[in-house]
Amino acid sequence: MPAQKDRWVSSLIFLLFCASSIPQCGSASLQQELSPQHYFSGLEAGKTSLAFFTPSVSPGAQPFWEQIESSAEALQDYGVSVVKVNCPKEDVSRYCGKENALRKAFLFRGNRLIREFPTDALFDVNSIVANVLFALLFNEVKYVETLADLENIENVLKGKSNMVFAYVPATGTAEHRAVMEAAFVYGTIHQFVLTTEAALLKATSHDDPDVSSAWLSFCHCQRATEPAQPCRRTALAQPLTLLNIHRHLKLMGAPLVTKVAEDPEKISTVHLQLGLPLVFILSQKETYEADRRTAEFVAWQLLGKAGVALLSRDLVELNVLHRSNVALKTPDEGMPIQYLVLEDTDEVITLVEDKNKVKQIQEDEQEEEEDEDEKENNNQDIQDDQVVEAVSRDKKRELPLEQILVLTEENFHSSLSEAASTVVLFYASWEAVSLAVLRSYSEVAAHLKGTPGVLLSRVNCWDWPGLCSQENVTQFPTIRIYKEGQQSVTYGGMWGTEELSSFILLSQVSCPLKLATMDEAERYLRGEFPSELSSHHHTSLLGVFSSATSKAREAFEEAGNILSGHVRMGMYFEDDALALSRKYSVSPPALLLARSGGRSVEGMALSKHSVQDMVQMIRYELLDIFPEITVPNLPQYLQLGKPFLILFSAGDISQVESKEMLKLAKGRPQQAFVACWLNLKKTPVGYGILRTYFSTTPPLPLLLWVNLHAGGQVFKFPSEQSITEMNILSWLEKLQAGLEIPSSTLSEEDWKPPLPAYNFLQMMEPSVPELSPHPGDTPAQHRPKSPGGDTAGGDTAAREEPSQESTAEEVGSPGRGLRGTAPRLAARDKQGKRHSEL
Amino acid sequence: LGLALYASSLCAVSGATFLYHDYCVIGAGPAGLQAAYFLQQAGRDYIVFERSHAPGSFFALYPRHRKLISINKRYTGKSNSEFNLRHDWNSLLSHDRRLLFRRYSRDFFPNADTMVRYLEDFASLLKLRVQYNTAIIHVTLEKNEQAWNGHYFLLTDQDRKNYKCSCLLVAAGTWVPNVVNFPGSEYVEGYETVSINPEDFTGQTVLILGRGNSAFETAENILGVTNFIHMVSRSRVRLSWATHYVGDLRAINNGLLDTYQLKSLDGLLEGDLEDLAIVKDKKGKLHITLRFYLENRNISAGIDSITLPQDELDNFATRAPYDRVIRCLGWKFDFSIYNRSLRMMPGKGNIKKYPQIKPSYESKGTQGLFVLGTASHSVDFRKSAGGFIHGFRYTTRAVHRLLENRHHGVPWPSTVYPITQLTNSIIKRVNEASGLYQMFSVLADIILLRDNATAFEYLEEYPIGVLAELEMQTGRKACNGLFVIIMEYGRNFSGADKDVFYYNRAVGEAQHAWQSNFLHPVIYYYKHLPTEREMRLRPPDWPLPLPNAIHHIVEDFLTDWTAPNAHILPLRRFLENCLSTDLRNFFAESCFLFAFTHQKLPPSCQQGYIGMQGLVGSQELRQHAVQAGLLQDYTHTDFSAGRPPDSHDGSQQQLMRDHGIPVRPLQHLVNAKDE
Repeated sequence: MPAQKDRWVSSLIFLLFCASSIPQCGSASLQQELSPQHYFSGLEAGKTSLAFFTPSVSPGAQPFWEQIESSAEALQDYGVSVVKVNCPKEDVSRYCGKENALRKAFLFRGNRLIREFPTDALFDVNSIVANVLFALLFNEVKYVETLADLENIENVLKGKSNMVFAYVPATGTAEHRAVMEAAFVYGTIHQFVLTTEAALLKATSHDDPDVSSAWLSFCHCQRATEPAQPCRRTALAQPLTLLNIHRHLKLMGAPLVTKVAEDPEKISTVHLQLGLPLVFILSQKETYEADRRTAEFVAWQLLGKAGVALLSRDLVELNVLHRSNVALKTPDEGMPIQYLVLEDTDEVITLVEDKNKVKQIQEDEQEEEEDEDEKENNNQDIQDDQVVEAVSRDKKRELPLEQILVLTEENFHSSLSEAASTVVLFYASWEAVSLAVLRSYSEVAAHLKGTPGVLLSRVNCWDWPGLCSQENVTQFPTIRIYKEGQQSVTYGGMWGTEELSSFILLSQVSCPLKLATMDEAERYLRGEFPSELSSHHHTSLLGVFSSATSKAREAFEEAGNILSGHVRMGMYFEDDALALSRKYSVSPPALLLARSGGRSVEGMALSKHSVQDMVQMIRYELLDIFPEITVPNLPQYLQLGKPFLILFSAGDISQVESKEMLKLAKGRPQQAFVACWLNLKKTPVGYGILRTYFSTTPPLPLLLWVNLHAGGQVFKFPSEQSITEMNILSWLEKLQAGLEIPSSTLSEEDWKPPLPAYNFLQMMEPSVPELSPHPGDTPAQHRPKSPGGDTAGGDTAAREEPSQESTAEEVGSPGRGLRGTAPRLAARDKQGKRHSEL
Repeated sequence: LGLALYASSLCAVSGATFLYHDYCVIGAGPAGLQAAYFLQQAGRDYIVFERSHAPGSFFALYPRHRKLISINKRYTGKSNSEFNLRHDWNSLLSHDRRLLFRRYSRDFFPNADTMVRYLEDFASLLKLRVQYNTAIIHVTLEKNEQAWNGHYFLLTDQDRKNYKCSCLLVAAGTWVPNVVNFPGSEYVEGYETVSINPEDFTGQTVLILGRGNSAFETAENILGVTNFIHMVSRSRVRLSWATHYVGDLRAINNGLLDTYQLKSLDGLLEGDLEDLAIVKDKKGKLHITLRFYLENRNISAGIDSITLPQDELDNFATRAPYDRVIRCLGWKFDFSIYNRSLRMMPGKGNIKKYPQIKPSYESKGTQGLFVLGTASHSVDFRKSAGGFIHGFRYTTRAVHRLLENRHHGVPWPSTVYPITQLTNSIIKRVNEASGLYQMFSVLADIILLRDNATAFEYLEEYPIGVLAELEMQTGRKACNGLFVIIMEYGRNFSGADKDVFYYNRAVGEAQHAWQSNFLHPVIYYYKHLPTEREMRLRPPDWPLPLPNAIHHIVEDFLTDWTAPNAHILPLRRFLENCLSTDLRNFFAESCFLFAFTHQKLPPSCQQGYIGMQGLVGSQELRQHAVQAGLLQDYTHTDFSAGRPPDSHDGSQQQLMRDHGIPVRPLQHLVNAKDE
């Protein structure tokens, strides 16, 4: 919005610039002349001036002169100087002598009198400017009283030029002035016609107009070729101000339909610059002529409300649906162009009008908001960080931390040796995320209570910064597991109770776990061994190596170190490894995957030998084929960088849907998307997603294609179709072919600061240049420097002999102050601007 | 033949007789030992020269009355060792926790002997290489293009032994007494030698020249036994609690102010000592007169012929004769041992007792010569603590870091963090950092932003006087903008004539933080590193040029800047607006929603949740966030499909931004602390 206003203002400035640069203008606004002789001798040919003659001892009504003075400034822009001529007492000439001449103002061009105005017609700036310009633009602005006069002018203009017809209830009003000022600029281009007759207005318009308000319409006479036909009219819908008239005339001046053969993103027209939308009619070679007529028809309907452009699709490579026939570009920067499939021209018009209405409402709202903001001081001091606020609302609750040992610089190292593995939470007691994690950690402690060999502890880095930096903890929170004789492992997963507990439990067992016998290996795959992990149901990984394949085994072990705590990994390289691998029909080095408690075991060859590749492969293999997406597991699937085919379900999905989706997911091994589902009962935030996409919650289950990584379009699987592999596949094909219209697009918005900061720089500035107290302060806050002034009661000697040092300082400071001032002021302007950009 | 002789002597001068070290440190006082510690830790080739047989020889004699005025606060209620150093003004920096001063003395104002013992332990426990009984009596330069700075420093000791070094660190302190010469100054006793036994002053009338801590310390000692004490000096007394400068008169020494203001005969006077004259009468009493009266007279004519001020002005203040006059005028740097080629010049004005140095502590005249410790106080004289142990222990470390970068290619130590840690890293430092706190407005923490502000680099305690040279001095790059974090007192708060106890002196509200008077953190944001010119043209009284944006963290009664709403929130808003991003933390659930509804994610989701470190949050916390209106609970709201929603498009986000329920801080309580 502000950008648009800027554009308006700049065009107004441009307008004024034109106006002021045509005639030369005087430097002073209101001239004073000593005598009429002096005045008349100074008149230059072709120069216009408005003169007031006053007796030298002016009884002058002060407000009247103020109006004249300010009108002098306004008229200066139009090359008219305003002069106050003092009449000497004895003068009895034409202008000074007569009593009634003194109640008039005289408009001269050169020394020729153009018009006399009674001063009571010049009651304010508007009336002075309006009347003077009216007199000057005698030819450019025709005054009409009857319909016949108007029709005469119209007929003369037809086919030649356009007409601006204005009705003002009275002359000398602000609207009158606006029309005159516009005529000053556009008078040579369009014929201006003015009336004050209410009857004439009524005669020219179809419905009953409000005669108490001014009215302006643009008559397209240039296009009208048939003498019998009246010119088409486009009324100005906004109030009559110079800015609105200017804008209206600009729009009328623009071509009706712009023909473009360029990417719509790059197109900019007068309409967009003036904050109006631009409608593209997408055309093809075959239908071009018909489309052009449609475009013109629409353009007439939308004249003054939106621009219309005709775009030949043959000339431009457009990456949109073939069916799309209309595109809408809004002036708001960063808004993507909407491509639509519309059936009727009315739809186009409603679309634009609705947009404008919404925008109007938004603008109003925004203004209201701004007002509120000012009153509310922007709510800057209200916490809007959900984590910080939640933690501070929870601070009174005492946490059950008895299970968690407090470690200090003194007992840290001794405590580490007490348990087989010590979990340490490094945190800062003032930091919100740390405290949030501490809460989950206390739940973990309750959860793991009684687990042998695990000691949960914490270090407050605010108390023991030395210890934390010694342990190389630079961020809070950090969780590490220290084991005797091993390198500590830093936790890198979600800060949730479940995830943490599982990490701690899995870390208990070495990773990978060396299995000694076939039986152990089998029990391991069934999830029965080791017993510590029997309560946790993870996918088990078993690396099978013949002793010869040591390189792969080393990589596997290294990968195990990296994945420690996250994955259940075992390894078997006894002599009968071959027998084990044969059982699952693989040959070592191989990887066996036992999902869901060993009911199914998959085997695959371990072909990759680099640690990174192996880690990546294991991570990939652990992903489900048709997973239920939850808050904790989404990042794993996001990392694949693929679009999501996601089924939203109010609860568990039905067998049928599950089967179909699984078929779809399994059917294409190297597929280009993530097929998944979301249980709204388990992940209620899914409702938030649906509301963002559709405003309401559509009927469930609902299958969506979400392009999370490219473009952000959301497509909705037609609800009338049933979710079967076939239907989905054919829908996906249509999607790929660009035949479907997205239901929604993910916001492209950047994450900007939610609220402004206190602008201390600006607040400090008033006090900077003078080094004086801030005007708004209480005197006590910054006591003014009063040498000796308030030391009454101090020692007298001090005052008798002011110390050299202090005087030197006092003399010195203003000097320093002055030296710094100039560059600082210069710098300050820049600062201010820069800061507002931030 | 002559040529040959000349050549051989040259050889002797430049060759074998020199003992070479990369670094030579003059003086094994606190600053010299501190420098030695850092050099030792870095494994550098260095030697410390000490004229006495033990370290800290100045403390063996001074202060004469043996009470140190640097506080030894043994309890703060906190275990944070860095924070506690803020209130430990005597310890030097080391990794050895035995070397904390609170282990040496239980006194709040310890005895100077303890300091000597401490320094001895510091040197011996850390095995610092100190060569005792070596008084450097001459320092000169030897040009050599191979040398680090284009020359070597040649040092000569009292035994004419010569030493050669690449870099000279002068930590010799200021130990030459300031002396004023006026007619009769021969009757004046010096602080260095005056008796410290109060008995010697019984029933005497004493005039003390000077108005510093040594003068008041001397007065304090004899206050109870003298008839009265008068003190005279050129300038008004400057009270450290009014000036916030620890070198001004400390409350522990100001007993005489009490007796003066209560009209108990003692008194203070201002006058230029240069105008003074002292004449001794026949009874041995000392009379004050003016040099001006003496100029026309023949002194030898005897006291009777000399005009005394009271002859003309019969109520002249110091008309009573004195038994003793004691000079307590402080110390100055010993310039005498430096060859002219080193251009060791005294400063101008009130810093003439110190050598001229740059804000990097390098001598203005000689490259490679750094002044450390008390002698380096010209950088922040009457402003900060650079002349005192608790200040120069940090500036010494800063100099060491500059040298490591300059000569050994070791860049200034820094840590790189993701941008989500920005607010935290600042809050952590302003709450515990001691160097920032003691060396306020002199040392600053610098945050260098990295590529697109997704990460930043944190540098601690860099001297802001050389901010413009940051890239060259630290070996770090500052091309994406930077934050400078310093501590400041209010601009018009401190001064000799300021009332620092007026009502409402403390600011409680974050929005008025820029008017904070007491020491508080200030963060400057620059889009580009300020140039040397901008540094020169900075506004008067500003430690730094005008920034692109500035933030004051409101002063705090407890100097604890961890309040979520008053301290952290406004700081976050400032940082967000400088970087044009959203630095809020989000629970994993919110990130999940954003991931499905936005193409871009806020940094905390991007670096946390997407990097598998999402903040799941406990049930209670999420409940609180829902109650605060910052998180939407979808569990109970919307089960019937197709029901019209409570709010239109983007309701969640709207909610996030507008945050429904206001949480008003209890403003009246915040402000109540002054009343």
